[in-house]
Amino acid sequence: MKKEVIYRLDSPYRESLDITGYRFGSGKKSACIVGSIRGNEVQQLYVCSQLIKKLKELEQHGAIVSDNEIMVIPSVNHHSMNIGKRFWAVDNTDVNRMFPGYDKGETTQRIAAGVFDCVKNYNYGIQFASFYLPGDFVPHVRMMETGYQNTSLANLFGLPYVVVRKPRPIDTTTLNYNWQVWETNAFSVYTSETDVVDEVSARQAVSAVLRFLTRMGILRYNSHSGYIASIIDEEELTIVKTDAAGIFRRLKCPGEEVHMGEVLGEILDPYEGEVIRQVVSPTDGIIFFSHKKPLVTESEIVFKIIRRLHE
Amino acid sequence: MVETVVSMGLPVDEHLVIRKNRLMPEELGKELKRIGIVTGTHGDELEGQFVCYELNRRIQEHPEYLQGIVDIYPAFNPLGIDSITRGIPMFDLDMNRIFPGSEDGPMMETIVRQLMDDLAGADMCVDIHASNIYLEEMPQVRINEETAERLVPYAKMINVDFVWVHASATVLESTLAYSLNMIGVPTLVVEMGVGMRITESYGCQLVEGILNLMKEMGIWAGPVGEVRTPIVSSDREIGFVNADHPGIYLPKARIFDDVDEGDIIGRIVDPMTGNIMEEVKAPIAGKVFTRREYPIVYSGSLLNRILGGVQEQ
Repeated sequence: MKKEVIYRLDSPYRESLDITGYRFGSGKKSACIVGSIRGNEVQQLYVCSQLIKKLKELEQHGAIVSDNEIMVIPSVNHHSMNIGKRFWAVDNTDVNRMFPGYDKGETTQRIAAGVFDCVKNYNYGIQFASFYLPGDFVPHVRMMETGYQNTSLANLFGLPYVVVRKPRPIDTTTLNYNWQVWETNAFSVYTSETDVVDEVSARQAVSAVLRFLTRMGILRYNSHSGYIASIIDEEELTIVKTDAAGIFRRLKCPGEEVHMGEVLGEILDPYEGEVIRQVVSPTDGIIFFSHKKPLVTESEIVFKIIRRLHE
Repeated sequence: MVETVVSMGLPVDEHLVIRKNRLMPEELGKELKRIGIVTGTHGDELEGQFVCYELNRRIQEHPEYLQGIVDIYPAFNPLGIDSITRGIPMFDLDMNRIFPGSEDGPMMETIVRQLMDDLAGADMCVDIHASNIYLEEMPQVRINEETAERLVPYAKMINVDFVWVHASATVLESTLAYSLNMIGVPTLVVEMGVGMRITESYGCQLVEGILNLMKEMGIWAGPVGEVRTPIVSSDREIGFVNADHPGIYLPKARIFDDVDEGDIIGRIVDPMTGNIMEEVKAPIAGKVFTRREYPIVYSGSLLNRILGGVQEQ
């Protein structure tokens, strides 16, 4: 293992932002794994740390197949993480909306360019990502529909679901999208949490990456075969929105099977505690996403359901 | 008449309400033209607040000159303005990156969809921005090159100093202006001044321009002051100046200053050591139209933009 600073940005009042990469094995650029890019992605940082720990052991036991290099970058934006900010602390821009970056551009464009210069040209790119809506997902692999995506490869992670998302204009500046445009097979792995550590889904994510690297001939590692994933088009998920605001009581969680007409959650009057609305499932299926915060606005997405899928 | 365009329930005893003031002549003609004046999408940009006030005042002072409909939307993002937040509080995405919105999306995308529906069918929209808290901008209109042919003639009417025709970028396809232009509502994006401040002179200048545009469209019949002819530019004529060192930026050149290539237009200094970290030089000759106002910089922070080619013309 080689630990190196892959990008450094000097700061006027703090220590420099050193983005650290861990290089395992040597030879062709086989796989690159990126952890936290946003300052609240603690789970993503944790998953990467556990992966680095495991890869260290595996390398010592000669488990990395020769002529394969694996790069792991556990954290890009710890300057924000250390002060409790999600985005770049100086101007609140999102580094994961700045790819492929520009080395003569603004600060977060330069950070993105420095990182992208290091992570591009790998055969496989894996990012532990978080979503812009607050809530929980079932663990899954997410891909952008760029024309370059390969859902069969995504299946090799052995997670229960692979989601294909049609990119919107704002997605075209993410790492995942640009990896694919630069001909890296890119996958975003979503675990259950973002700003807290969830051990169970973290272990699942580490196993999924090790399983994928093994199946691609990069690692020698025996693991459980995992799932044969259900491939889901994000647009086909059934959206359940609120028609009232108040305190949200979640009754069903991601991964649970629900039936049409079943009560998924309740909205309570914030002063008098009465249930003012029931959130009812419009379909049979499996809960893919659910709102987690205790408050909801009107017209908010509180559940996404994989239609007509059973446990 | 003040109307509610969107109202959404917030968790505790409040609604997010987006309103507009519709000004129209007392005697309704058959087919009145309509212009929308939009601002406050970014909660830290306040220059448009004065423009809305002053435009309201000027029109209501002489309602007899009004021959069409003027819809004034002072606060597209009222929660942002109220909390000094550029974006939408508790929402990750920039409001000007989620247009045209969707009824199936999260609350803010639903709101954006309803705002689009309200503006659909207008004959013109002016979307007023004020840079951000870091940069001051010369009054200017920004136009995507895809819509330049249609919009530059309107931009010349609105009394700005500069029309920047910039290259298209996929990410900008989710702005209000792009989305409205795509549904046939000609939309001009105005940038002027600096975030969290109001520059009355710029505001008055733009109001005169909006009245002039309204007059050209047949919405306003009153007198209009002199309107300046803007410089129309393309991407190739813009010089960008970014910091190469962290520190405190002390700008020297001011907005509208003409500079020569190599002129020192500012310094980055280190308050700890007293050293000058960087003498910032103009990369091209031209007129300064962007200047950094917020002093603390990192490597990459935008310091100035210079409109080239002016001295040669």
